[in-house]
Amino acid sequence: MSPVVLWVGGLMLAAAAIIIVVRIERGPSMLDRTIALDMLVGVVIAALALWSAAAERTDLVNVLVVLSLVGFVGSVTLARFVAVEPEDEGRILTPEEVRAHDGRMRASLAKESKRRVGGREDAMRRAYPESEDPR
Amino acid sequence: MSVLDWFASICFFLGCALNLIAAIGALRFPDLLSRMHAATKPQVLGLMLVMAGLAASLGSSQLTWKLTIVVLFQFMTAPVSAHMVGRSGYRTGKVREDLLVIDELTEDLDRAKSTPIPPSSS
Amino acid sequence: MAERVKFWTRWPMVLWLAAVWVLLWGDLTVANVVVGLVLAVLLVTLLRMPKVGFEGRPWLPGIVVLVVWFLGDVVMASVQVAKKALSPGEPPHGAVIRVRLRSHSDLFLTITAQLCSLVPGSIIVEAHRLTGTLYVHVFDVAEAGGIDGARDHCLKVERRVLYAFATDEALAEAGLPPRRRLLRRRPAAEVTR
Repeated sequence: MSPVVLWVGGLMLAAAAIIIVVRIERGPSMLDRTIALDMLVGVVIAALALWSAAAERTDLVNVLVVLSLVGFVGSVTLARFVAVEPEDEGRILTPEEVRAHDGRMRASLAKESKRRVGGREDAMRRAYPESEDPR
Repeated sequence: MSVLDWFASICFFLGCALNLIAAIGALRFPDLLSRMHAATKPQVLGLMLVMAGLAASLGSSQLTWKLTIVVLFQFMTAPVSAHMVGRSGYRTGKVREDLLVIDELTEDLDRAKSTPIPPSSS
Repeated sequence: MAERVKFWTRWPMVLWLAAVWVLLWGDLTVANVVVGLVLAVLLVTLLRMPKVGFEGRPWLPGIVVLVVWFLGDVVMASVQVAKKALSPGEPPHGAVIRVRLRSHSDLFLTITAQLCSLVPGSIIVEAHRLTGTLYVHVFDVAEAGGIDGARDHCLKVERRVLYAFATDEALAEAGLPPRRRLLRRRPAAEVTR
């Protein structure tokens, strides 16, 4: 295995991986990302094969077997449960939007947990009416 | 360099090049289904080439069988995921009608909807 | 009797699983074969699969023709899609076409669909089992020789699959000439046409 092939092939695979990551970022839907991830698995398989040939590591062949066998599970699962997503949800949010979304989530969580703790205290008071501190 | 080395090098080169071209295709093509066509290329031909190259450069019959199994597994599993993704892409409306010359599935689905007793979809 | 029939129909699966086991270990020893067979029998009895019902007759020339054409198709289609990916300009115009297959067996429907979607340039979007219909998305209609050309291509794949695996009765039902006549005159041209 000449180092020229290793370098040229490796660089091509690296470029392919970067382009695929760009496609994953762009989406626009979950399914586009899924097939891009499938392609990334293909690139990883090719890279492992290249590495195995260059370093004469025959143990990596087992990894190839496993990858080729289970690589499809993720995309099948995603394809099975994918739903119609609104146009706007198929993109990655900006940091501000993420912060706003997190804030909303936190507020509603806090409300929910307060309601639930209150409910439990009510139940305790009903169960043990004499005791002052139910805990 | 021996003949086998040359063969391995060419296979690796073509396999990696196919991966790169497929990635470019996946970036450039306009809709989900054409991107899927680009994606099948390294999964089938690219994998066969890379495995042939690896088998030639490792040069042991035991590993060659194992690599054949890798290709077989890929051949059995790749269409499954391609079909599932294509189908759910179609059903969730990710197909761009303006790029299709003809769409006989939608025609048939519309016809099935308009008949009084629709046939089961499964 | 029913039990015996069931057992015999499972044999190909057992052999295949054992073969995979031996190939994964990489060397053909008695221990490997025995363990592989035991595991295969265990798997087949514990994890029951729905019966596909293989009623066919593998035919070596047919299988060879099928494999060679498949490899040729993959290479040709890969080059075409690669060309489209690299050439600047308009995106290709695809189509979703209906292909009504000739045979009504689930197995041959599955094999045909698998082979069609392994070739870049055609993806099975939907399969209708009752009518034996495949809905195929064609990547580039112009390159595939028009809509009829693309449909013809899928039917040819099915034809090769049938000649490789189907029984003579199934062939006759699908309206294809029997293999004997195929061999007598223009052997390769008839199968591949």
